[in-house]
Amino acid sequence: MPEKLALTGNEAVAHAMRQINPDVVAAYPITPQTSMMQKFADFVADGLMDCELVLVESEHSAMSAAVGSQASGARTMTATAACGLALMWEILGIASAYRLPIVMPVVNRALSGPINIQGDHSDTMGARDCGWIHIFSENAQEAYENTIQAIRIAEHPDVLTPVMVCLDGFIISHGVEVVKIYDDDKVKKFIGEYKPHYSLLDPNHPITLGAMDFSDFYFEHKVSQLDGINASPQIILDVGREFKETFGGEECYEYFEAYKMDDAELGVISLGSTAAAARLVVDELRSQGVAAGSVKLRVFRPFPYEELAKIIAPLKGCAVLDRSIAYGGDGGPVHIEVRSALYGRHPVPVMTNYIYGLGGKPIEPEHIMTAFDDLKEAVVQGRPRRRVGYLNLKEEAMAIA
Amino acid sequence: MAKLKDLAQRPERLSGGHRLCPGCGVPAVARLALRSTDAHLVVGAATGCLEVSTTIYPYTAWRVSFIHNAFENVAATISGAEAAYRALKKKGKITEDFKFIAFGGDGGTYDIGIQSLSGAMERGHNMVYICYDNEAYQNTGNQRSSSTPHGSNTTTTPVGKKSFGRSGKRKDLTAIMAAHHIPYVAQATTNNWKDLSRKLNRALEVEGPAFINVLTPCVPGWKYDARDTINISRLAADTCFWPSYEVDNGVWKLNYVPKVKRPVEDFLKPQGRFRHLFRPENRHVIDELQQEVDEQWERLLFLCGKK
Repeated sequence: MPEKLALTGNEAVAHAMRQINPDVVAAYPITPQTSMMQKFADFVADGLMDCELVLVESEHSAMSAAVGSQASGARTMTATAACGLALMWEILGIASAYRLPIVMPVVNRALSGPINIQGDHSDTMGARDCGWIHIFSENAQEAYENTIQAIRIAEHPDVLTPVMVCLDGFIISHGVEVVKIYDDDKVKKFIGEYKPHYSLLDPNHPITLGAMDFSDFYFEHKVSQLDGINASPQIILDVGREFKETFGGEECYEYFEAYKMDDAELGVISLGSTAAAARLVVDELRSQGVAAGSVKLRVFRPFPYEELAKIIAPLKGCAVLDRSIAYGGDGGPVHIEVRSALYGRHPVPVMTNYIYGLGGKPIEPEHIMTAFDDLKEAVVQGRPRRRVGYLNLKEEAMAIA
Repeated sequence: MAKLKDLAQRPERLSGGHRLCPGCGVPAVARLALRSTDAHLVVGAATGCLEVSTTIYPYTAWRVSFIHNAFENVAATISGAEAAYRALKKKGKITEDFKFIAFGGDGGTYDIGIQSLSGAMERGHNMVYICYDNEAYQNTGNQRSSSTPHGSNTTTTPVGKKSFGRSGKRKDLTAIMAAHHIPYVAQATTNNWKDLSRKLNRALEVEGPAFINVLTPCVPGWKYDARDTINISRLAADTCFWPSYEVDNGVWKLNYVPKVKRPVEDFLKPQGRFRHLFRPENRHVIDELQQEVDEQWERLLFLCGKK
């Protein structure tokens, strides 16, 4: 029987880590991840798990130690946020290149500068091409469940790719919800034993990891790295299905969750906790007779181009909500991907992008309602008033934007 | 303490065919380190001469497990491997004994790698960090490091109309490591294999972190004849430019006192990177370097209870 506990998102993820019981965790505290690490440290201190907790002196060393540990055949995890992720950026690409199935919860927080400790998606979006799988969580329950699934996804022999499990800073990480914590033994059985593909600690087969490539091999090695992440979409679905069957969960176990999209004419796409507000707005609009729908994108990398395009293409108008800016690009990263997904299809909806919520700026149903209002107008006009708009941005800044 | 004959008969765990320069001091140190234990090994190296020259895909010279991660993080990487080993050993998933050695040049150790090194040493991992100090970023063509001596010609502190090369005192990394209060810290030269061998044994034997700093002359960087590596090392010792000492559980011990302390210019003269210092207008640089060497030597004599 799952235990129902009132937990913050961070605590829920810490419970997942407790149940996973990794061999090694190498981590460094950073707001808003800190309370996750602290809860985890409590579990270790109380002997609830037998994990070597390496309290490294920076995030760069956290990921470096994680690489050394996972390469030595140990199931290894770490966790971070914002500038911490930025500091480990150099090593992210090494972890994925070495095909190490490291699982890392990332509590999404704004990148500096200016310094801001609150939630947005700029941190993980900034690392979108590092070769990691990115799975977004809407709430504490999803954050807990995604962390457990991530182990199976990452370690699958066809995947062998590290996974970031994303949860919104403060909104999810520090918000208290009733979370179903599944049975320890059931989780242990679900994730199984880690069977490393190779290990530095194999005395019979010493290996050299991290050789130098000249141009005769580098390109080929980087392309071959696509094998893992390209195989992952099916595995993500398979693991999700198995999780749902095993635990009887009710969350999202696919690439995205479509809400009232079957006959929708106007739709918004968002990631993380914002999806809940979007659904409230959809319900309100539906009660007014508007054919509204919303999509919560769960898997950002690998991006589900075909599947998402199928759901979005029939819309008359589509607004993509981005919680980060791709400076010099077409608004935000999700918008860029959705446009790419729709290319070549006819007809396609009138598209618009809204940047929102940077640095923890609140996003409320009333703001999402304005996006739908704009969309209604855009559909009539055949084009949006602005290609990239902003939600809940102060007037003065609107003049520049 | 091992006899040379016995050492020579140990299996060769760094094969020939690597690309280190003829006369380079590093492979002798690496091979001696690998021979100083019979345990299974995990070796890490920071980006640098040793790493690049021994692992050009699809070849490797390492007959033990080897990992290269990045430039500044070999200490963190090996500390992760060591933590994994402890975790898996406790669970009975590994039964063999392993030892952990991290190699870094002065670039990857004094400068960009100092944070990662400091953290690993402070956490108490059972590992040995060996710095091969060739006094600049030699793998990339002799750019200065914080180990580059006063007056040295490097490509980022070049000799020019307005410059006599690197200006300033070298960082004393060995003393910094001693200040971490780890079980064993040592400084050694390439010429005295007996001393180095004893130190490697000690480092590998202590429980907890150990750090050894070895001066390894660099033929293209220091600009001397490839046959003179051992002689140059000996001069570094005899001029007290690079003293041999150890700090064993906090006790400072001087290992070598030259019968006659030679002037530092004896060490400088055979090296092309210091040739410009012998012009009259640069004489003061040699004097300044002599003063730095003397001050450090006096301080070391005091710490080792010789004064």
